[in-house]
Amino acid sequence: MPIKSYLAHPHDGQKDELIKALSQLSVCDVIPAENRDLLIVVTDTDNKDQDQQIKEKIEAIDSLKLLAMVSGFDTPKQK
Amino acid sequence: MYTSLTNRRSFIKKMAVLSAMTAAASMFPGILFAEEQEKNLPKGGNLDWKKAPCRFCGVGCGVLVGIDDGKAVAVKGDPKSPVNKGLCCVKGYHSIMALYGKDRLTKPLVKKNGKYVETTMEEALDLVASKMQETIKDHGKDAVSIYGSGQWTIPDGYAASKLFKGCIGTNNVEANARLCMASAVTGFLTSFGIDEPMGCYEDIDHADVFVLWGNNMAEMHPVLFSRLLDQRLKRGVKIIDFATRTTRTSMAADKSILFLPQTDLAVANAICYEIIKNGWVNKSFVDKHCNFSKGLTNMGYGLEDKYKFTDKPEGISFEDFKTFLEDYTPEKVEKISGVSAKDIKYMASYYGDPNKKVMSLWCMGMNQHSRGTWINNLVYNIHLLTGKISTPGNSPFSLTGQPSACGTVREVGTLTHKLPHGVVMKQEHREFAAKIWDVPVENIDPKPTYHTVEMFRALDRGDIKFMWIQVTNPMVTMPKLKRYRDGAKKEGRFVVVSDIYPTPTTDIADVILPSAMWIEREGLFGNSERRTQYFEQMVTPPGEAMSDTWQLVEVAKRMGFEKQFYYNEESHIEEIYTEYRKHHDNKKHNMAPLEVLKNQPGAMWPYVDGKETKWRFNAKYDPACSNGEDFHFYGKPDGKAVIWQRPYEPAAEEPDAEYPYWLNTGRVVEHWHTGSMTRRIPVLHKAMPHSYVELNPDDAKRLQIRTGDKVKLTTRRGEIVLPASVNQRGVPAPMQVFVPFFDENMLINDITLDSFCPISKEPDYKKCAVNIEKV
Repeated sequence: MPIKSYLAHPHDGQKDELIKALSQLSVCDVIPAENRDLLIVVTDTDNKDQDQQIKEKIEAIDSLKLLAMVSGFDTPKQK
Repeated sequence: MYTSLTNRRSFIKKMAVLSAMTAAASMFPGILFAEEQEKNLPKGGNLDWKKAPCRFCGVGCGVLVGIDDGKAVAVKGDPKSPVNKGLCCVKGYHSIMALYGKDRLTKPLVKKNGKYVETTMEEALDLVASKMQETIKDHGKDAVSIYGSGQWTIPDGYAASKLFKGCIGTNNVEANARLCMASAVTGFLTSFGIDEPMGCYEDIDHADVFVLWGNNMAEMHPVLFSRLLDQRLKRGVKIIDFATRTTRTSMAADKSILFLPQTDLAVANAICYEIIKNGWVNKSFVDKHCNFSKGLTNMGYGLEDKYKFTDKPEGISFEDFKTFLEDYTPEKVEKISGVSAKDIKYMASYYGDPNKKVMSLWCMGMNQHSRGTWINNLVYNIHLLTGKISTPGNSPFSLTGQPSACGTVREVGTLTHKLPHGVVMKQEHREFAAKIWDVPVENIDPKPTYHTVEMFRALDRGDIKFMWIQVTNPMVTMPKLKRYRDGAKKEGRFVVVSDIYPTPTTDIADVILPSAMWIEREGLFGNSERRTQYFEQMVTPPGEAMSDTWQLVEVAKRMGFEKQFYYNEESHIEEIYTEYRKHHDNKKHNMAPLEVLKNQPGAMWPYVDGKETKWRFNAKYDPACSNGEDFHFYGKPDGKAVIWQRPYEPAAEEPDAEYPYWLNTGRVVEHWHTGSMTRRIPVLHKAMPHSYVELNPDDAKRLQIRTGDKVKLTTRRGEIVLPASVNQRGVPAPMQVFVPFFDENMLINDITLDSFCPISKEPDYKKCAVNIEKV
């Protein structure tokens, strides 16, 4: 059950679009910086496949310039 | 099980957010997430944000700790704190995780027949008190000792000093700040007659040039360094990294200048030479506010037991000083230091330019130095000659490494010669302390006993039989460690260790007392800029863990000092702090009342008439100035600062044919000192799991060593094997190696040298001779 955090850099002037696009992905939490063009994105998925799929979806967003992973955790499944 | 997994998952998610914030903060100084972070935390919970100073370094960042259902679950930088303005470093963001390591000490342990046996706190404290009384009865008061730290809260250190110096009557009180800040103290005392920086962090917002003297700020003081980088973005300030090794700081600086170990002494003198030669001396400032002095030279290095040294200052003239500097022309110093004459002149030109405000910053590079007091004096010389001192942006600034090295060790005075106000050697200071402590003045011994290295030598020799160690890990940090570890284990020694986790130091203990950590108790820290900060108890300590302050109070009461330790458990921090403030009840050092500290992110002393003092010795800002001039260095009887004639002298042990490399030791950004807390934080441990030896790439190539290869380091004290690091985080100069000391499984201090500055008695962890071989 991976939890990953990323720094997402928007293209110039497209921070709001990027926030909107990321907010539509149910497994993503988005925390925009108040004073810079940068977002923190945290993904919380059920398995590695879903984790890979969400990463691909984020990378396909037009307003995204660069996605850099910061930390990754894998937690045990809840029973 | 379901609940605990949910909580764990939620916790991990928060940590993932915090890691990202830390990374963002290092890329974009000044970036703010604080409000957004709060918005994204669980709704409907009982999350309560409470303010505290960070537990780790001496910067003293203000943090807000999120408490949920009695547990600390999140940390964010306090946007109201003038120190960090909402930022935190990687350690700060993860600090609360150090509370919850799975092997926290929760029960007292007593060694019986070689095995640790659980007992109650009552019984353990009874044993500590009775053992101390028995030792005093059999061997005298100077056979017992306490060794604390710059992580002691102010009340911890105050209770220790009052018990040992005031009640028991021994000056066997030392703290690990002797290992990191003592040279800064003696530097201040010899140059200004009074301790601690004249300026404050706000200098960063005014300075045009920053010269970092052997100070890897990017890793050791990352939040303050981000403030420097922020000023570069905003105002184009210049950052000069003057160091022996290329680090992250060098890479971020505008200019990196490397010097050979120990030769900063020569370079500082060369800068003074240039200032005088080019007519950059602020003559009116020097004439009005400075004296010139010289002291003894060829002092030795303290390598032998019972080494003694007392300096004999002698006044000299400006002309004498000028003549002395003839030996330090940039061209001559180039040959000693490896720094080009051009670079020396470049640095001097910034100090000499009347239109540039200059801040010098330093920490361990200048303090852990066999001539640590001298190099502190020499940097002050530069600022005094040019009059660039005690004004916004013109600031020689000694940074501290621990959260209360200033607040507790230097201000409370938990060193053998010190009292909260003044020194044990002076009758009027003893009388003043005795009155507040409610003890006969004869109780306070006028003679200092052992500084830290000598205290552990005394334990080895058997002159000290009982030692109580709190909040520090000397069995990782002492230089030439093997001697002191073997000494502590000898028959007839009794060692008590108060800590939160098992460490190599608890391994030598006869009694282990579980301590309450940071926000598990109430307390105060004092940071590098004279800022005193309060924190309340936010969570309950685990098991029987108890604050170090209350452990001391309980033992004092058991030893018959109920009258002096009259404090009530529920209000003892307020009672102790209120009593402590009486020692500093004067315009030069008044401390803010506790009520003020509870309501704001700290206050800088001297706190006079409801106002903190940002720049001392400057009449415009400092109400203690009374000479009618613009500046008043009131620490000295004549109100003048001292420009010292101090030569370059070599280190105690320099490379030779047998041991041809320099060994330098230090810290990394991920770990707090010996790693006993940060190595229990998974994110930090994973980021930096073990120690290593950094080699210069050319040396590594010649020796056919690659990153990860095992390398044997041999000194005259022993040998150690470490994995190599080549061209990674830091790059040492040719024929030098660097090893961090955080890893208790790779104890680099087993092979370091216990030489020290003869004036400050602070060991030189930065220089000894070593041989390296591929294993």
